[in-house]
Amino acid sequence: METYLFYALALILVTFSILTVTARNPVRSAVYLVSALLAVAGFFFLLEAEFVGAVQVLVYVGGIMVLFLFVIMLVSIEALDRQPKVSRQWRTGVVLAVVLCLELSLLIFRGTVSLEEGLAEPGIITTTETMNTEAVGTVLYSTYLLPFEIASVLLLVAIVGAVVLAKKEI
Amino acid sequence: MPEIPAAGELFGFLSLNARAIAPQLHLIVWGLGLLCLDFILPGRGIRFLGFYGKSFSVALALLGLIAASIQLWLLWGTGNGDAFYNMVTQDAFSEVFGILFLVSAILAIALSYRHLDIEDAQHSEYYSILLFATAGMMFMAGAVDLVTIFVGLELMSVSTYILVGFLRRQRRSNEASMKYFLMGAFSTAIILYGMSLLYGISGSTNLNVIAQEAARREDNTLLILALFLMLAGLCFKIAAVPFHMWAPDAYEGAPTGITAFMSVAVKAAAFAVFLRIFYVTFHDFHDLYMGVLAIIAMATMTWGNVAAVTQQNVKRLLAYSSISHAGFVLMGLVVGTQPGISASVVYLFAYTFMNLGAWAIVILLRRRDVIGESIEDFNGLYFKHPGLAILNLIFFLSLAGIPPLAGFIAKYAVFAAVIESALAAGQAHGQLLMWLAVVAALNAVVSLFYYLRIVVAMFIERESLPVPLSFSVGVWFVLLVTGFFTIFIGIYPDPFFDLARIASLPLVF
Repeated sequence: METYLFYALALILVTFSILTVTARNPVRSAVYLVSALLAVAGFFFLLEAEFVGAVQVLVYVGGIMVLFLFVIMLVSIEALDRQPKVSRQWRTGVVLAVVLCLELSLLIFRGTVSLEEGLAEPGIITTTETMNTEAVGTVLYSTYLLPFEIASVLLLVAIVGAVVLAKKEI
Repeated sequence: MPEIPAAGELFGFLSLNARAIAPQLHLIVWGLGLLCLDFILPGRGIRFLGFYGKSFSVALALLGLIAASIQLWLLWGTGNGDAFYNMVTQDAFSEVFGILFLVSAILAIALSYRHLDIEDAQHSEYYSILLFATAGMMFMAGAVDLVTIFVGLELMSVSTYILVGFLRRQRRSNEASMKYFLMGAFSTAIILYGMSLLYGISGSTNLNVIAQEAARREDNTLLILALFLMLAGLCFKIAAVPFHMWAPDAYEGAPTGITAFMSVAVKAAAFAVFLRIFYVTFHDFHDLYMGVLAIIAMATMTWGNVAAVTQQNVKRLLAYSSISHAGFVLMGLVVGTQPGISASVVYLFAYTFMNLGAWAIVILLRRRDVIGESIEDFNGLYFKHPGLAILNLIFFLSLAGIPPLAGFIAKYAVFAAVIESALAAGQAHGQLLMWLAVVAALNAVVSLFYYLRIVVAMFIERESLPVPLSFSVGVWFVLLVTGFFTIFIGIYPDPFFDLARIASLPLVF
């Protein structure tokens, strides 16, 4: 059952990813990307990481995609239409793609060997005893309390910075 | 594996050695206070001791930094150790780097105050973000966990992106901020990639646990991949060749006070993380990364110097010189021994003082209607302000490494560490280390050339300065402090060597 689900999700992911980069209309691209990201969320659920799955849906499908759509709406689509379909930097793109493929295959073939050794000790979050959302919450407010608080200062700095840089009169 | 406490013990963090982060807490609280107080600060009409209106915030920011320094002094040597479930530590290493950050922040604020007036950008947010950036740096220096390193790094970086673009009516500043932001975000992503691999391998984010795990394993392919990803990301942050492209543009566009701050403190913070990760976590792989690091160090100092020779803009010239100095600091890391760390730390201290001094002179040249950034602007400085010109000569000679100044002692320390290690028996890369020393010596000569270009302009060109320099109490203070220490470290470096030796102890086993 899980195997079938995996292949179904993989098919959806690959199809929509290809559609995302080939679609001419950027709004369509964005919608295809939403579907692709939902498939990724499906993978997380399949791995019993329901927290990461839910975050994927909320943050990527919800927040970041809305942001993308805003930006797309703000720039004129007609101007984009006249742009050449393949960017002038395609050579760089090909090189990067090849490097990434090599790296991923290294991870997949060598990584499993390397990881199996390390799997003797499970990570902080174990899925069996509690729901992992609960486990993430507990760890976040205990072990990782300090980074969590620093992150809140970081967000404050980001907000203040956005206001300082963008507001007409300060 | 860290323990997960029960829900009822959540407030236990108050007893979790919170003292260890007291200076950082001070900085954050004063920064927040500054943001709130901004609303009730008086308008432009009221003057007091040369301050007016919103610029009272500069005094508050300095008070905050002094309070944090006092707190650090109270904690000095208490060795509070790990705090917050091993997220952050307070050891000699973090204390010594804390001094460096606080001193550079105080000097940067003293430099900025008048400059912001001239640039018409006097806002309290500037100072409060600077305090947050300093707190981020102190968290980086004390972090013993990948997550803390990351959030500390981001707190520092995001603050710096904003400060670089603070002169928002200037295109140059906007462009610099954008470039710095994109490059910085990219490098952060690379570091994060390395971190995620480390977590995947070891199941822990703690640096010590990862090191133990690495020692236990036989196949370390992924770990080596993570090592080089983090190396690349950190080289971005310290602007080492070939990851230095952003530095000249960002340094040129930023408000000069921030440029000075970036070239010393931001770089030192990245070096602190560099030292901590590469000495604690990747210590067993030293022979592996040493060669790469040696080549990066050679490329960095050579490229920085060669590019600096052709610059006409002083800010860009000092930016390239700061790239080449990063190469010299890297020499200490290449060695990978206790004297190596000490040498790097001494270098960072000496560089902080002499470089901030040089930037103070650049700030003096920025006047209301004069941009004052080209070498010609130095023309005839000696005939108008002989003392200032001689002070500047001292800073530049020190940057070039002429005895008996701070720069010479710093260069001597890194050379000694490299050569000692190259001659040690059984050294894997002895030949390479010798080459590193030779290249560094040649570079010291090249750097003298472009520093002397400015000196020639100051002492020989007989053209008087048309507009008076923008003196202020802050700049005088900075010149006094940096001038004193540039000479002091050169004549009597022992206290700084002691400091550096103490700092290196927690990192070596």
